Formats: sequence, structure tokens, C-alpha cells
Amino acid sequence: MSLLVEMNDKAMALGIPLSVHIDVTYRCNERCVHCYLDHDDKGEMTTAEIKGILDQLAEAGVFFLTFSGGEVFMRRDFLELVEYARRLTFNVKIKTNGVMIHEAEAQRLRELGVEQVQLSVYSHRPEVHDAITKLPGSLKRTIDSIRFLKSQGLKVTMSNVLMTVNRQDQAGTHALAKKLGVSYSLDPTVTPKLDGDESILRLRVRGHNLHEIFNDPELVGDVEEFCAAPPPDDDVMEGYSCSAGHTACYINPYAEVFPCVQFQLPTGNLRRQKFADIWYRSPQMNEVRSIRVKDLTVCSSCSHAGTCTRCPGLAYAEGSMRGPSSADCDTSFHRTGIPSANMLRKASAAQAPLVQILPMMA
Amino acid sequence: MTETYIARSSAIAARLLGGEMMIMSAVDSTFFTLNEVATVIWQAADGRTPLSEIVQRTVCREFEVAPEEAWRDAEQFVTELSQHGILLVSDHPIQETRPGPMEAK
Repeated sequence: MSLLVEMNDKAMALGIPLSVHIDVTYRCNERCVHCYLDHDDKGEMTTAEIKGILDQLAEAGVFFLTFSGGEVFMRRDFLELVEYARRLTFNVKIKTNGVMIHEAEAQRLRELGVEQVQLSVYSHRPEVHDAITKLPGSLKRTIDSIRFLKSQGLKVTMSNVLMTVNRQDQAGTHALAKKLGVSYSLDPTVTPKLDGDESILRLRVRGHNLHEIFNDPELVGDVEEFCAAPPPDDDVMEGYSCSAGHTACYINPYAEVFPCVQFQLPTGNLRRQKFADIWYRSPQMNEVRSIRVKDLTVCSSCSHAGTCTRCPGLAYAEGSMRGPSSADCDTSFHRTGIPSANMLRKASAAQAPLVQILPMMA
Repeated sequence: MTETYIARSSAIAARLLGGEMMIMSAVDSTFFTLNEVATVIWQAADGRTPLSEIVQRTVCREFEVAPEEAWRDAEQFVTELSQHGILLVSDHPIQETRPGPMEAK
């Protein structure tokens, strides 16, 4: 077992929030077609408020801290916040589009000992990337920023979201990452907007189109293992879906705390409560923590239970934090060829007559 | 005998987890966990207190370890961590190494 896995298990046993993702702003200089945020500033936290929260997070035992947004560099105090976080010895990761990172910013991030910078790139072709971000010239500026960061020796990851509008460019985008000498990650998740608007879900790449991705060893490693049928495993039932609310949580720019950025269940507000009070005593956080695989309404009877990437946040957005997440059902099916319990249930419901007439029993 | 001074590098991330210190190097992402004794030495590594005093005042007293054994273990610990650049070692007191303020443009 690796030291990191060991540490995660220990944090889980002790109830320590090992990782926190904090969005310092929802403002952004891009207007990505798949973005789930409202970019208006509705009263984001001040510098002092964020520093006060970072103090509390350090005290609570948080080790991994991700700064994200919106675009983090839209805040003029962003580097001051990073510096403060590093003084508190967090392991800091930054998610950005990079268009405001020049040599000076890259050098400062290196001086501050930032662990990793993750930049969003949706295509190797400007006409596709810029059409997604709706910011002309954005691909060039992001690539320039990757070069500045790389020249400082920083660890850089190019992060792509697989959508219907850039699916055909996936290989080219991956090749661009290789050419630039940076890591590459691909995520097919498109979530509804925070206000519940589901129109952007039309950008989701459906399962059968994921086949090519699932069979690319450069993306998934051992294809045979990745696409293998889930092994029978009784121990799974006592396990949890993911780390949300267990060793990880999310804080939005308005000081609200959630189990995860994709799990929009409000659990408290740091403008009125201490972080420790929310983390340890919020009824919502404790409810999330209480749910084991055996408690899931449909998924507990699913053959994919042990290997599915079921996101409780997407399930919550779909109606129930104990229910299935259809997007993950789709992924599991197209990864292995085995339908999920949720898919079988829906198919069965579709075939059942609307009115059932049972013969009278004698 | 010359004194040895130790200070924590600023190029690390560190947090106490259940009595043990976890440390990750920002230079090469190497990850370490320190046991309780090593954690005490790490926490006392302020760049001003000589290692001999740290060993005597904290390790020997708090953990009831014989001075020779404590000194031997501490030296080994300091050598190992300094090789990874996460502990700075000098025969003079070491100034604070935390990230400095952003220079005015």
C-alpha cells in the first residue's frame, strides 16, 4: 500500500478533511459553453475572510488545497492568497485557464512552491478551443502560459473536457500535451448548471462514443483490466461511493460548504459558522457520511457496485443522493458491455403495461 | 564540537495527521511520514535551536530514550531528510525560509 493511500485511510478513520477545493471567485474571462457557473459576483469572500478560512482548514488537518474558480487570477489578491496558503504549508494545486499567467506570475508560483497547475485546453485547434471558451486568442494565451510555467519547472497538467463539440479533436489535444511535455487528463463529465438548467447536458458525449476513449491504452492504461466485467465482491457493500464529505469538501466563493464541487448539498456557511462545526456537526455532512453502498436504492443490487465511478453529487442532482447517477451507469455499461441495475430497471419499466390487470384469485 | 542547526525547508507541504507528520516535497513530490519522535524533532527544527538541545530537551526527556541512541537516530533522520532537501542543515543558525512577500512591480 502506498504512503498516500495509507494516509487517506488514516484520515478517513480519523474523520480528517484531507482535501479541500476552494473556488475563490466565479468571475471568469472566458465563457465556456459547458460551464455550470453563474459568473456574476454575488458577494465573494474578501481577502481577510479567505485567510481566516485557510487558518481554520490548516487547524482541521487539511493537507491538499485546490484553488479554483471561475478564473482564479480574476482576483487581484490571488497570489497573496497562494502565499498565505503556502505559509500554512498546504500542498497547493491551482486550476486556471492560464490566460493571465505571464513570466512574472509563473516565476512567483514556482517561488511559492505550488505543487501543480492544471490548465483547461479543449482542442489543439484555435477555431475549436476559442469557440468553446468564447474568448478569441485564448488557446494561444493558454499555451504561452503553459510554456512559462514549464520553463519554471512547475508540474503542469492539461485538462480537457470531452464534449460533442470537441470529441473529434481529443487525439490532437492529447498530442499537443505530449509536445508541450505536460500531463494530460480527460474528463467526459458535463454537469447541469448550478441553477438547475440542464441545457448544457446536450454537450455530453454518449456512451457508445466513449468506446474509443475506453479502448485507448494511453488514456486508461491496461484496457483489458479497465473494461473487464466487475468482479464479485461482497466487501463492497460496507464501502463508500467516494471521498466527498469523508476526507474532502468544497467551499464556494460565498463561503458556503458542500461535500464536493459536484455535490451541491449545502451544509453550512463559513460567514456564520466555524469550519469544524460544519465538518463535524452539520446534519447534512453527517448524512452523506452515513451512506454506504448497501444503502443505495438501486446501485446496491448492481453488478457494477464495486467498480462504478458513481458520483453521489450527480445522483443528488438527479433526485437522490442514494440513487443512481445515470451518466455513470452509461459509462459503466459502455466500458464493460454489461448493463447496470438502473438501466435494467428502466428497460423493465418501459416494457411494463401502464395498466396491469390481474385475474381474480379463486 | 561544532553545533548542528536544522530548519524546515519552505519547499514542502506538511500537516500533522494523528500524531504523525506527513510531508511532501514541492520539488520532486516525494512523500514522507514521520513517526512521533521524528515529528517532535521536525517541529523543533526552527533553525535557531541546536540539534543537540532538541535531542536532549525533547527526544530524551519526552520519550525516555538513552542520549547515545537518541543522538544516533536523530543524526540519521537529519541526514536522510536533508538529502531530499526538506530539512536544511548548517553549523550556524539558519534564518527563516518561509515564502517571502511578493515583490512590488
